[in-house]
Amino acid sequence: MNKRGCLILFSIVLAFVFLRIFLGCFFAVYQTEQVIITQFGKPIGEPITDPGLHFKLPIIQEINRIDKRFLEWDGLPVAIPTRDKTYIHVDTFARWRISDAKTFFVRLRDERSAQSRLEDILGSETRNAVAKHDLIEIVRTDKDRKPLRDENLKNVPTGLGTIGVLPSIQYGRLKIEDEIKSKAAGKLAEFGIELLDVRLKRVNYNPDVLDRIYQRMISERRQIAQRFRSEGEGEAARIAGQKERDLNEIQSTAYRQVQQIRGEADGKATEIYAHAYTQNPQAAEFYNFLKSMDTYRKVLTKDSTLVFSTDSDLFGLLKRANAKPQTLPPSR
Amino acid sequence: MPNQPPAIQTFQMPQMPRMPRIPVRTIATIAAIILLIALTWTSYYTVQAESEAVVLRFGKFLKTVEPGLHFKLPLGIDQVTVLPTRRQLKLEFGFFTPGYTNADQPTKEAQEERSMVTGDLNAALVEWVVQYRIDDPKQYLFDVRNPAQTLRDLSEAAMREVIGDRTVDEVITIGRQDIEVSALARMQELAKRYALGVRVDQVQLKNVNPPAEVQASFNEVNKAQQDRENAINIANGDYNEAVPRARGQADQAIRGAEGYRFKRVNEAEGDVASFNAMLGQYVKAPEITRTRLYLETMGDVLPSVGEKIIIDDTMRNLLPILPLNKGLEKR
Repeated sequence: MNKRGCLILFSIVLAFVFLRIFLGCFFAVYQTEQVIITQFGKPIGEPITDPGLHFKLPIIQEINRIDKRFLEWDGLPVAIPTRDKTYIHVDTFARWRISDAKTFFVRLRDERSAQSRLEDILGSETRNAVAKHDLIEIVRTDKDRKPLRDENLKNVPTGLGTIGVLPSIQYGRLKIEDEIKSKAAGKLAEFGIELLDVRLKRVNYNPDVLDRIYQRMISERRQIAQRFRSEGEGEAARIAGQKERDLNEIQSTAYRQVQQIRGEADGKATEIYAHAYTQNPQAAEFYNFLKSMDTYRKVLTKDSTLVFSTDSDLFGLLKRANAKPQTLPPSR
Repeated sequence: MPNQPPAIQTFQMPQMPRMPRIPVRTIATIAAIILLIALTWTSYYTVQAESEAVVLRFGKFLKTVEPGLHFKLPLGIDQVTVLPTRRQLKLEFGFFTPGYTNADQPTKEAQEERSMVTGDLNAALVEWVVQYRIDDPKQYLFDVRNPAQTLRDLSEAAMREVIGDRTVDEVITIGRQDIEVSALARMQELAKRYALGVRVDQVQLKNVNPPAEVQASFNEVNKAQQDRENAINIANGDYNEAVPRARGQADQAIRGAEGYRFKRVNEAEGDVASFNAMLGQYVKAPEITRTRLYLETMGDVLPSVGEKIIIDDTMRNLLPILPLNKGLEKR
């Protein structure tokens, strides 16, 4: 009974060991990885990149799983002076992939050391590239782009500070990124790493510089504000001047026309009278006579004193019916 | 979410008994029951309506499946990853809305994400949202590690490229739409290049502001703009108040002068007509008419004359009679 028990126990242990060894022959390669088989630490054969179930020798062979996806590298933000001596914080990121698993495994073994190698290489290439260029080259991309202009700022002349103007560039951000990438790619290839892309994620002013930038922005805005105000005042003055001008023009034109018309009227009236009174000598004589009569009416008022001689026309008519009244009656 | 459960160890689970005295049959039965439960437990799964599932067999891609109840090989032979492919996912940059379900959505470094340098070397704060959808689950799971973070990174890079090519005025006011369009195009291009398996549907700018320190001066520009309009309006008001009135008054004066012209001419013609009529009669009998008019005039005038003195023409000296004192007093 006891012996049989031992036997059963032994056979269970044996079965377990065999199962373990049997299972040790199989391993699954996940869709996202590749596997390098090592025998006592030494890589055997080509890396297995085909996902699915695979075989190996149990116990003596070990599997090393290596990612075959695109992996991230997110650089630490670094403060770098640009060529024009502006301190900026640059935050870079890259996407890379283990393209030669065997080399990678031999040279770096795991991802952690790869990350630190990337930091070294990409970090220093970024520094080099940034220090070689002016800030504007790092900020801008498309050197042909023309900025849209604010309708309100249309008549602010260009060249006043940086309002509405994009400083021109020679290379641009993409060129600099490419430059970093191509320089780093060669160095990383030695580690079995393929670099897909390097990008400058963030470029920001250093806090020390920022104050000066703000000051500049404020003065620029002030300048626009002052311009608006002075434009307003100027335009108002122009309109006021226009008002004066129009008023004077209107009034003087009217005066001229009025005088012209009145003169015409007087002239015309004079012409009419003159024409009528000079049509023949009798008319002139009659006119003289009528006017004299009118004048008597006006001159002789109740304040006048008249002295008549019996020889005068008024009474003379009594004496000499044919006499001509040539002399005016005396009056005072 | 991508993860890799260990495929091999699952087989070790059922065999645990070590106790020597327990009957073999019982052990076997218990082991069989446990095995059966484990088998059933791990051989079905459901996929929600908004999702698709990716099935791997021994780690190798097998198929993608549609929503519903499905069966699979148990014990980790088949692995299933469910992805919400029909849901619109979103990433927030520079700001943060609480109550998200997508772990990738909120920002972790709002301040850093927000601050940007514009193409005219000014600073601006830009907040935006990216809407995307997983459109190729296979690529999303297998081609890039951490695809959502990658999308975040490339969105930031793309947005800064676009902002970096625009003036601060474009960024803050006039160029928003243009920025959204350009950034979207750039993100789509990069997402394709990175084989992310996502489709970027939309980029929306949220708050875009100048930095707080500078805000006041931007407001001042707006105020000054209003001042300008105001000054111009007031001046135009003055102009409009004075000039049309002056025009009217000028017209008035001209009309008045024209009236005067009519009056003068008509009066002259009237006078002349009356004169001519009288002249016609006068010519027929000048002497008589003249005498008549003279006497008529005298008849009208003399009654109102204050003093009338009549002397004979033989009298040479009239001083003795003239009441000089009276005449002088009257003056």
